[in-house]
Amino acid sequence: MIRISLRRRTLQCAALLACATLAVAAHAQPTGPIKVGLMLPTSGTFADLGKKVASGFKLYVTENGGKLAGRLVQYVELDDESDPSKANENANKLVKRDRVDVLIGTIHSGVAMTMARVARDTNTLMIVPNAGAAEITGSMCAPNVFRTSFSNWQPGYATGLLAARKHKTAVTISWKYAAGDESVRGFREGFEKGGGKVIKDLHLPFPNVEFQPLLTELATIKPEAAYVFVAGAGQVKFVKDYAAAGLKNSIPLYGAFITEGTLEAQGEAASGLQTALHYADGLKIPKNEAFITSYQKTYNAAPDVFAVQGYDAAQLFAAGLQAVKGDTRKKAEMIKAMEDAKLESPRGPLSFSKSRNPIQDMYARVATGNRNVMTDVIVKALADPSPDCKL
Amino acid sequence: MDLPLILIQALNAVQYGLLLFLVASGLTLIFGVMGVINLAHGSFYMMGAYLAFSLAPLTGNLLATIVVGLLLSVLIGALLEWALFAHLYRRNHLQQVLLTYGLILIFESLRSRFIGDDVHSVSVPAWLDFSIPLGDVMTYPAYRLFMSAVCLLVAAGLYLLIQRTRLGSQIRAGAANREMVQVLGINIDWVYRLVFALGVALAAFAGMINAPVTAVAPGMGMSMLIVSFVVVIVGGIGSVWGALVASQLIAFADTFGKVFVPDYAGMAIYIVMAIVLLWRPEGLFKS
Amino acid sequence: MRSLTTSRGRLAAIAAGLLLLLMFPQFEQDFYTELVTRTMILAIFAISLDLLLGYTGLISFGHAAWFGIGGYVLALLGTQYQVTNSLWLTLPAAIAVTALASFVVGLFVLRTRGMFFIMVTLAFAQIFYYLFHDVKSLGGSSDGLNLRGKPSTAINGWTPFDLTETATLYYFVLALMVAVLVFMAALLRSPLGRALQGIRENEHRMAAIGFPVLRYKLAAFTLAGSIAGLAGYLYAVLGGGVNPELLSWHQSADVLLMVILGGMGQLLGGVVGAFSFVLLQELTSTFTKDWHLWLGIVIVLLVLFLPDGMISIAARVKALVRRSRA
Repeated sequence: MIRISLRRRTLQCAALLACATLAVAAHAQPTGPIKVGLMLPTSGTFADLGKKVASGFKLYVTENGGKLAGRLVQYVELDDESDPSKANENANKLVKRDRVDVLIGTIHSGVAMTMARVARDTNTLMIVPNAGAAEITGSMCAPNVFRTSFSNWQPGYATGLLAARKHKTAVTISWKYAAGDESVRGFREGFEKGGGKVIKDLHLPFPNVEFQPLLTELATIKPEAAYVFVAGAGQVKFVKDYAAAGLKNSIPLYGAFITEGTLEAQGEAASGLQTALHYADGLKIPKNEAFITSYQKTYNAAPDVFAVQGYDAAQLFAAGLQAVKGDTRKKAEMIKAMEDAKLESPRGPLSFSKSRNPIQDMYARVATGNRNVMTDVIVKALADPSPDCKL
Repeated sequence: MDLPLILIQALNAVQYGLLLFLVASGLTLIFGVMGVINLAHGSFYMMGAYLAFSLAPLTGNLLATIVVGLLLSVLIGALLEWALFAHLYRRNHLQQVLLTYGLILIFESLRSRFIGDDVHSVSVPAWLDFSIPLGDVMTYPAYRLFMSAVCLLVAAGLYLLIQRTRLGSQIRAGAANREMVQVLGINIDWVYRLVFALGVALAAFAGMINAPVTAVAPGMGMSMLIVSFVVVIVGGIGSVWGALVASQLIAFADTFGKVFVPDYAGMAIYIVMAIVLLWRPEGLFKS
Repeated sequence: MRSLTTSRGRLAAIAAGLLLLLMFPQFEQDFYTELVTRTMILAIFAISLDLLLGYTGLISFGHAAWFGIGGYVLALLGTQYQVTNSLWLTLPAAIAVTALASFVVGLFVLRTRGMFFIMVTLAFAQIFYYLFHDVKSLGGSSDGLNLRGKPSTAINGWTPFDLTETATLYYFVLALMVAVLVFMAALLRSPLGRALQGIRENEHRMAAIGFPVLRYKLAAFTLAGSIAGLAGYLYAVLGGGVNPELLSWHQSADVLLMVILGGMGQLLGGVVGAFSFVLLQELTSTFTKDWHLWLGIVIVLLVLFLPDGMISIAARVKALVRRSRA
């Protein structure tokens, strides 16, 4: 057994040396293709979201003739399976083995946090097109790690303000993981800012969908409103269970993402549900209308907030590249340009705080039929205070 | 803690316990009679759930789905026994563990490749999709009561089969002494095949009726397997009666654990297991 | 018990392997150097299980518990509670905690036999899995914990070596792997080691002669757990993080497979098994996404047709060759 490994190992090394030389040569050229590492889920619960983000990113590049700052774009794609235990290995593959110029990812916060650590340790540029974990632009922020989506706190805060318009007491229900905890914290701050009080926080382990015991408890507490944070298929089941338990009309349910992409599956159980988010269906913004047309033409499907986030990630990267005329070796200048970027996003005006988190408008929406229709703007240019970021 | 809340949680626990019993009884029967530990047992539960998911739109009604699903499960069970498990009877524990673990990997990969990794839901059949009011704000889903009733029926049927029929006595005899039973002219191979298929059918049936209540998702087989292991350990390997008692005990520990100590809920059943083992290292009941 | 140096061929192979391992980081392929480092850590893990499985005859399906605890001790000391990030304090702590945990669990599980033992070790590993999955004060999250940085080797201002450098960490792990092998070789020749193998052969006979079998099994269980804890610690250092999945039964099954692949009851079995497993995994992953499908098929075929493991291929080929020469 050892003898066979020895021979294989020698051949491997020879091959490696050859590849390494080629890779180093290609990487040094500021005129060769730009390698974009897309680490997103293409399987599992968040597969759909991963595909939407990737499609949004690629749309921007396609709109620019497949190039950014004059250089061709080459994608290196990897399925992260939304698995935090494989995140380190996967991120290292893209950064150390494939030597990408920028790391784009991901949906799941736990995976994204590990990716951000790898990016920090290797000084690789990274743009997060979804994961809302506070640390990424908080206690673990770094100059080279940007985000074009939201921090979990933002939609929670906006929903808190929304719910406080009509209610004085609330109970929160969420999965016990980073995203859930941060979202609930945002809701609490927004709700209390609006004059309300959160009586209790209920939670269950991720990704458990046995909501029955919690709904029972919620019914006993009898708050004026409820706020929920669960994602993926869990949000379908939750909204349906909520209605089945007879709570839909007695305790109004609020959420941020709870109806994103799942209104059809949720059906009647979700009608009239109010949410707050940085995007809505049918936003009357010229850039949005152009984006929707372009997306529809390219993919023959309607875009959603995840596609927008992916699209903006490409826009942000392009802004950095343009400032250095495509020379990715000028990292500091690229980062400065990205930090100061003021983008025209389909969601509205988009800029970034010092912690590299989006500053954006938050919209109140109500679920009507199969769409989350905007009713008004709850708060303009909301920034996450990111108190733990030392940048 | 108010009474209606406790009552509802108790109902949930009984229902979950009966479901666990269906799965664990299959596991303990297969071990008790044939001496084979089957790690892939959870995969049969998963198979039932995915069968329910795939067949429901085709047949349009619950009864038909279950009948077709059960038939398929029995066939698959018999086939697997003939092709693979029959070879395991004379092998040592390590080989049984490894082979059945290999089977889990194969089943999970096949499911991933042919059905995908998405999380699905199965609708509750329309005629059971209502809630019974309990108190002024709370209701209890009728479907869950239906589940408990069905599981009880199956448990009773299992008891009758093993204690009161000729097949049952053959099974019990085969468990005690395989060679003797063969000498008496009974085809022990078919008895074993039947027991195995029965075990598979029980697990698959549990998966089918539980599908509308839970998410049909990757990993559901694994979670169910480990819990049924705990039930079998606590109840005593080979004891169906032990499985019944233990499944209720574990279900109550799990359900009320989630209510009273949510941070430690995941460990609750293992703590119960550890306590039982301190007192009775071989489980509560002998087979 | 076979000695390492029974044949010149074997000795040459081992020397060549060691030489290659020593030279590998010089190729400056960070990604692959880290891959081999990871494999060596898994080898330590596999060797620890082999002490239980191959030499004492105990089939533990929960060995990953000790692996994970070793890593989590570092995560909790260095990152969550920021007590210390010194290698000289956290490494012994990891081994001590794992030793204690495996000792206590051993008291529970070693009273059971056969199939019960297998199931019960699995169940106890689950307790630890849920501890790290659900309990906030222990890291409690399915996301795991990212470490604050690699452990520091500083003593009073002097830093003998820097673990943040890929090559340094590699050599550190290599040295530890060799140390574990030397320790095992010594252990197996000792009275304790011989007693354990006696227990594997025939437990009842050993008890009849008057050996306190339970005590010996407990010693093996604790030793195996401690070495697994060492491996888990190193794994966390290399990966820069911990995750409850380190304690999952998939991890327990993987290490079981490594031992079987490499050959149970062989001193280098763990090393060979770990390298074979990782090689198999890397090669299959480049061609297909269904690595688990092929692994499952290989396992089923192995058990059905080659129950004595891959080692028996070598033995059978040797026998064939001998027969054709005669």
